[in-house]
Amino acid sequence: MKKSEVPQDKSNLESANFRELCYAVDENGEYTTAHTTGWDPKTIALDNAIEDIHQRIEDAKNRVQNNQTSPIEYYMEFHKMDLPILASYVGIWQWRVKRHFKPKVFHKLSNKILQKYADVFEITIDQLKNLQHAN
Amino acid sequence: MQINFTHHQSAHCENGVVSNLMKHHGFNVSEPMVFGIGSGLLFCYIPFLKVNHAPAITYRAMPGFIFKRFAKRVGIKIERQKFKDPKKAKVVLDENLNNNNPVGLQVGVYNLTYFPDEYRFHFNAHNLVVYGKEEETYLISDPVMETVTTLTDKELEKVRFAKGALPPKGHIYYPTNFPKELDLEKAILKGIKHTCRDMLAPMPVLGVKGIRFTAKQIRKWPKKLGIKKANHYLGQIVRMQEEIGTGGGGFRYIFAAFLQESSKILNNPKLADLSKEMTQIGDLWRDFAVDASRIYKNRGAKTDGYNEVASQLETIADKEEVFFKALKKAI
Repeated sequence: MKKSEVPQDKSNLESANFRELCYAVDENGEYTTAHTTGWDPKTIALDNAIEDIHQRIEDAKNRVQNNQTSPIEYYMEFHKMDLPILASYVGIWQWRVKRHFKPKVFHKLSNKILQKYADVFEITIDQLKNLQHAN
Repeated sequence: MQINFTHHQSAHCENGVVSNLMKHHGFNVSEPMVFGIGSGLLFCYIPFLKVNHAPAITYRAMPGFIFKRFAKRVGIKIERQKFKDPKKAKVVLDENLNNNNPVGLQVGVYNLTYFPDEYRFHFNAHNLVVYGKEEETYLISDPVMETVTTLTDKELEKVRFAKGALPPKGHIYYPTNFPKELDLEKAILKGIKHTCRDMLAPMPVLGVKGIRFTAKQIRKWPKKLGIKKANHYLGQIVRMQEEIGTGGGGFRYIFAAFLQESSKILNNPKLADLSKEMTQIGDLWRDFAVDASRIYKNRGAKTDGYNEVASQLETIADKEEVFFKALKKAI
């Protein structure tokens, strides 16, 4: 890549006043560094990934409302986590966390366990039970 | 309390931390040098390990390896510590700052407040330098940022004890012993040899073979997974290749910069030619990203597109195979 070809496309980075460094060749063929504000191919990839996460959150929300899963799964998606990540944050085995996704099991959970989840999601037990966190 | 530390922005966090710490101790080592001597370049595709709901793919060595190899090859000693207790981790950090010693930390990205929201994923192998403390605020030099920044006591504890894959566990590290002069020549040769070995490894998921394997998988994706998932997977490849930290083209440009610098140090004009070749291969990776993005931009893409980008990857694999064989001979 030539220094003059370093892309300066619009991206989410730019809005956060953030420029990335990349390596490119100058007119004399010498390597140097240049700032880039963004590049469309990766902006689209990132946007798609973010949209995918939003869809997962929305989907989880609907399933909570239809009593198909517990709010724990919703908050997990909301925090961009998956099962192994959530399990390691609360310090509970994956199969148990998965079991807590069942509404029936969730309703019987003790406050002690609920508090663990609430702490990880940084909400109160009430919010955890009633799905009122942000959007 | 503030240590007199100069912040230099770099493309990748690990190289950047090492390069900045070395510069602080009076050794002018560039980012590509650290990357090359530490044999950072790699390609690895792990289909069964999922990251953000897509197969894990990486263009570089495991986190921590670059520094470890670099230190060993140039003959510096590193002190490392991990903790179970966050309080103890903080005490050790504060002690070092009081001794005027800037330290590197491994942290999780998800709770790094100064990152744009879109970039905050559960990724635990980010690195930064702490170079001071004012009351309860730590002064942070994050190599991928343009300028220095800060984190509060609580924020720093959170990122140091992030959970998930590769938890940092408060990992703190800093160089302790330096030789009088760095023996770069030998270190460069070792670094290059190691990279050639990795890239030409007889393993299906590693190096050149890994690139071919990925291409084969891409051809299968649209039928096997459906367009939506296939696009998500393809997007992940491009993100791993180009997202903050690779310097463009999946680290190929940084590696080319390393070869150019090495050619001058070793007085070996062959390396300068190979550097030019690597730049061209980097351009091919960029082209691949552009074409892949066309596929996942239009959701209803045809399977032809997947076959085309897969062929592009195969071309790259062929070129890299020739390249690394030539590089092995050139030194």
